[in-house]
Amino acid sequence: MASIKGTRGRGIALHAVLVAGLLLSAFPFYWAVIMSTHTSSEIFSYPPKLLPGSHFAENVRSLFDNIDFFGSMLNSLLVAGSVTFLVLLFDSLAAFVFAKFRFPGRRLLFGLLMLIFMVPTQLAIIPQFVMMAKIGWIGSMTALIVPAAANAFGIFWMRQYMRSAIHDELLDASRIDGAHFLRQYWHVALPVVRPGLAFLGIFTFMGQWNDYAWPLISLTNPDNVTLQVALSQLNGTHGTTDYGMVMTGALLALVPLLIVFAIGAKQIIGDLGKGAIR
Amino acid sequence: MATALDKPPVVAQRTPAARPRSALRKYWHLYAAISPFYLLFLAFGLVPVGFSLYLSFHRWDGLGTMEWAGLSQYQYLLGDSDFWSSIGNTILIWALATFPMIFLAMVTAVMLNSAVRFKNVYRFAYFLPNVTSVVAIAIVFGSVFSTNFGLVNALLQAVGLDQVAWLNTPWGIKIAIATLMTWQWTGYNAIIFLAGLQTVPSELYEAARVDGANPVQTFFRITLPMLRPTLLFVLVVSTVTGLQSFTEAQVLLQNTSNDSTFSGGPGHAGRTMVLYFFQQTFDNNDFGYGAAVAWGIFLVVVIFSIINWRLVQRRGED
Repeated sequence: MASIKGTRGRGIALHAVLVAGLLLSAFPFYWAVIMSTHTSSEIFSYPPKLLPGSHFAENVRSLFDNIDFFGSMLNSLLVAGSVTFLVLLFDSLAAFVFAKFRFPGRRLLFGLLMLIFMVPTQLAIIPQFVMMAKIGWIGSMTALIVPAAANAFGIFWMRQYMRSAIHDELLDASRIDGAHFLRQYWHVALPVVRPGLAFLGIFTFMGQWNDYAWPLISLTNPDNVTLQVALSQLNGTHGTTDYGMVMTGALLALVPLLIVFAIGAKQIIGDLGKGAIR
Repeated sequence: MATALDKPPVVAQRTPAARPRSALRKYWHLYAAISPFYLLFLAFGLVPVGFSLYLSFHRWDGLGTMEWAGLSQYQYLLGDSDFWSSIGNTILIWALATFPMIFLAMVTAVMLNSAVRFKNVYRFAYFLPNVTSVVAIAIVFGSVFSTNFGLVNALLQAVGLDQVAWLNTPWGIKIAIATLMTWQWTGYNAIIFLAGLQTVPSELYEAARVDGANPVQTFFRITLPMLRPTLLFVLVVSTVTGLQSFTEAQVLLQNTSNDSTFSGGPGHAGRTMVLYFFQQTFDNNDFGYGAAVAWGIFLVVVIFSIINWRLVQRRGED
């Protein structure tokens, strides 16, 4: 009896700690909701407001007056969407080749890929900026999309995934049926690795959506930027005066991401762990 | 694991004679399929990295003509107290964020590993901070740590303590940035530790229980050693990302200075290495020196990665 009671007590204590952690994780979101529903003078008053107020619509209106919210969100969607599409295509093609075919130079090329994986991005920023200024991409979304269209991490990750997911017998059979390389890729490989593509796609999309340093530098026209840069501009010019509005922008910018995450959460959380312990 | 690489399915044996040209003809579709990455890397990776090395031996404002500077940029870098203090800032912020983060993530993972009910709800909630944009969340944290109306100061006042000008003092700035990082990465790493914990065979825990080991002994004798590969992964990733942190400090502190959004706040207390790089390059238009700073950052990251690696390996031999 005593031991059962003890276990139950420990279980309750455990859940109490876990719920406390959960509240800490969620709190900044709640705080953003509170601040985006109050006027600045309400925010500046003491004691701080702990419940949502009634000025959300007002804050949204002044947000839309101050930045081109939907324009910059469209830019973010364009960049994150195109990059995700291109990364899925190029990375999965290359991963398929590295996982299932043998050809002269394969080892060397794959080793090179792993080396490239470790080169930090700062080293390339200045020359990229100079180069893109020369070819006229500075200020446009092309400067964000093209360099990100394929990456070493995705190829490496998809290769690991494909090695075990695509069975050689299937490839052999399709080859005997006369399927050439692209048919094998499209009809044999892709259908089997859909969960892997979903993981890579969601991860790429979120990474691009949140990217900040390079867009901040390369999008030189302040009226044509991504959402993160627009938010930063907003914070930079109004961050000390109109907190309610700035916070409304931050809150609304989180919504698309939360939707993508809610859709793909199972995939992401499951595969993230697998990748780390592999 | 027998894989396709050991027993390739779709290959013909290569013939030693007349290899390069016939290989190209035979496998051109494979080379074409992997080419986008390599072409992009050549254009936006290799050439720029080479050019940045070249640049670091020159003086250039990005517009005029380049002037040969020899090693002088690097000489200046070695004696540049601003650069050294940015290294110090980065390491302090990294340590303030990483050690609590790893501790909390491990505790969370161990608890999640034993709590059976609602595990998926917890995992979802704990992962949430990591998918949010750093810019948006830095704005939120800026208000939490605000001196006049921030929540932290309101709490301090409520319990009768003195208020702190968080974003105006050297330690306050670092603690605010580190708190943001810890908040954003604890859940992410807890999920990774949890995956590592789930590979520990339950017989080991059984045996420990039979031998009468208490939870603390079990943790240090079984859990921690079995988690070493995962710990290495977490440590290496957080070192590489933490030492290159930029957005947190930039957004939190961009309002504190009139002349530069890369200043890192009062006294430059939040100026990380990468912020300093951006300041030198894009505020001062000193592209040559910026390139030298970038190589300096690269070297610091490499050194720390090696130290990390050694530390975790060493402990494995005990």
